[in-house]
Formats: sequence, C-alpha cells, structure tokens
Amino acid sequence: MATPPVKVYGPPLSTAVSRVLVCLLEKDVPFQLVPVNMAKMEHKKPDYVKMQPFGQVPAFQDDDITLFESRAICRYLAEKYPNKGTAGLFGTNPLVKASIDQWLEAESQSFNPPSSVLTFQLFFAPLMKLKQDEALIKQNEAKLEKVLDVYENRLGSSRYLAGDEFTLADLSHLPNTQFLVEKTDKAELFTSRKNVGRWWSEISTRPAWKKVVEMQNA
Amino acid sequence: MALKVHGTVGSPATFRALAALHEKDLDFEFIPVNLSAKEHKSPQFLAHKNPFGQVPVFEHGDLKLFESRAITKYVAEAFADKGTSLIHKDPKKSAIQTVWTEVEAQKFDPTVAKLGWEIVLKPKFGMTTDEAVVAEFEKKLEPLLDVYEKRLTESKYLGGDSFTLADLHHLPTLQGIMGTKVKSQFDARPHVSAWASDILSRPAWVKVASMLTK
Repeated sequence: MATPPVKVYGPPLSTAVSRVLVCLLEKDVPFQLVPVNMAKMEHKKPDYVKMQPFGQVPAFQDDDITLFESRAICRYLAEKYPNKGTAGLFGTNPLVKASIDQWLEAESQSFNPPSSVLTFQLFFAPLMKLKQDEALIKQNEAKLEKVLDVYENRLGSSRYLAGDEFTLADLSHLPNTQFLVEKTDKAELFTSRKNVGRWWSEISTRPAWKKVVEMQNA
Repeated sequence: MALKVHGTVGSPATFRALAALHEKDLDFEFIPVNLSAKEHKSPQFLAHKNPFGQVPVFEHGDLKLFESRAITKYVAEAFADKGTSLIHKDPKKSAIQTVWTEVEAQKFDPTVAKLGWEIVLKPKFGMTTDEAVVAEFEKKLEPLLDVYEKRLTESKYLGGDSFTLADLHHLPTLQGIMGTKVKSQFDARPHVSAWASDILSRPAWVKVASMLTK
C-alpha cells in the first residue's frame, strides 16, 4: 500500500494526539503516525515548530495542508469525509450541527479545563516525577463535579450529548476521561453518576477508541 | 423567524455573540439577564435556557443555543449571504480558519481573560489584584503574542486574508485588556498592534462596545 497522505505527529499517550487518532479511526481514514521524541524536545525544534508554531503535539498533514489544534483537525476530518466510516460525526443538517458545536464548545470550555488539570496532576505528574498540587486537585475536582452534574441531567434525556447519535461532541471527551477513569482514583466521578456512567461505557467501548487505547499501551 | 439573545451587557461571551449578529446586519431582540440577581442560576434558567447557568443564550425559532462560539458559528453559516462573510467557504481555507479559532478558544482567551479578571474586574468587585498571578500570566502572554506576530506577518488576518470568526472571537477580551498596562505587549509587536486596532475599530464592534456606555 502506498504511504497514506495523512500524517499525525506525536505520541498516542498525549490526550490531544489521541483525540485526532480516534477521529481518524472512526472515519476509516488511513494515516501514518510519526513519532515525536518529546523527552529530547523534538517538538521545540525548528522543523517541528514550522508545522506547529506553539511547539505542541499533535501536528497534522493531509496532502498540502498542515493543521494543528486537535478539535480543529477533528472538524476538518468530519467535514472532509462526511460519509466515510462513522457518518454524522458532525451532523447532517445545520440544526444538528449547531447542537454538536454547542456541546463541543461545552467540552472545550467547561469539561476540558478541570479534567485536564486533574489528568496532569494525577497521571502525568507522578509519571514525570513532578510534585502534585493538592489544592489544585481539590479545586478542579469540585469544578468537574459541577460539569458532570449537568451531563448527568442531559444524558438522562439524550443518549449522547448532542442527540441520539455519537458525534464529535462525545468523541472529544474520550482522552481525558480515559485517564481519569482507568489511571486515577477519580473513576467514581463518572461511574457513580448513572447516566454519565452509561454514556462513558458506551463511548469508551467503541472499536475505534479501544484501538487508540491499545496504541497508548503499546 | 425572530432572533433573540438572552445576555448581559459587559459579559464578554454575550458581546462575542452580539458582534457576529451586528456583522451580519441581523435584527434581533436583546433580553437582559440580571447576573447580580443570580437570574442565570435560577431553576427556570437552568432548565430552559442554559444548564451551565451562563450567558448568552440564543434563539432562532425553535433552535436554542448556548456557548458563544457555537452561536457565532451558527449565525455565520445560517446567514452566510448576509452582511460580512465570517467564514471561508473553501474547505482548505476553512480548515485554517478553524485552527486559529481554536487558538483563540484554547490559548488567547484563557490567558487574557485571567489578566482581565485580576486587573480590571477584581477591583470592581472590591477584591484585591493578585500581582503574582498577573506576572505569571503576563509571562505566558509574551510567547503567545510572538506566535501571533509571526502569523500576522504572513497573513492579513488570523484565519486568512479576510476578517472571519477567528478574529472576531478575540474582540471582547481584547477590548478589555487594551485599557490596561498589558496593552504594551500588543504595542510592542507591529503586526499584532495593527491587527488589534483594525478589528477593534470595525463598526459592528464599536456598536457592541458602545452598549457599555449607555
């Protein structure tokens, strides 16, 4: 098989990289994963910064286009390949799309900040032998609880966040939640909430996400 | 079908949504939400408007939306042929625009809003500015604006060669910070400075900002 035109740069363990990987797999789009040695600061070197000016992962290339910001890359993929793989990731009409955008922004603005801090403090910091900030953990756990209460209510009347189908809005939650549920002692935040627990169980057992987790554990 | 915005004068997110509506020359009803009376946390608001208890909330017929950046996107696409075009139609240009829209949401807003909170808002609420936090976030802003400077050397606007949502989303937070000492960081970078002046002087934005002095 010829080398796929799509390239993703970065380690699968990175939450942002994994967000792009699961989107590619849901869409059945072949890609090449290019390793970036972050321990050797490869992401801060000029060649890499040319692709991603903030020196972060992932960077993404498709033919002659270079992109960064995982949620932008996911939107690009969902719009470029609407009928490939899992259809409807970004909606089939403007009203559905608006609802998906709303919950994607909610993930970005309300769920991501506290869950990212907790993921870093409870999973990555110990891995990197960095000191944990207990006050920060407590503060962000409280914030996340409030967000999950909203989700609990929403998911009581809707199978997925934006409606009856799995969309980018749900997908975007996979990376941080995976770490919190499987690699920290905060799983209870999700599993103690009936509807959130049901939703997590459904989205995390999708074949595409299971494949990403395999890549992370490899 | 009537357009409605439930929001609060001075709320950056509300102003973000209003900026898009004015750029599109759209008529809409503005319904004030009284934040000091905690109207946004009332059971009715949470149940029927925004379960996160935030403004703005947008209505178009039966469609109800929260999250200002979802509202602007909907407005830009639903009324694509009216007023200013706020999105690129070409898929590749659109993808680049989306990248820089995410940069605003993920990087610019968190950094600059934090500075605005410490320097401008805390004193207004009778609280004390934490100078250590200000110093920390001023330090974070420098490399961020360096990237912006480079980008704006290569591209007239952040999202491409014309003004789009990628630029518009910056307006409320940008406006607030330009009245503080942090303005010097923007002034020190010629392309960033020119871009900021340009977008802040757009008639649609001036219209929104003038709501503060009414």
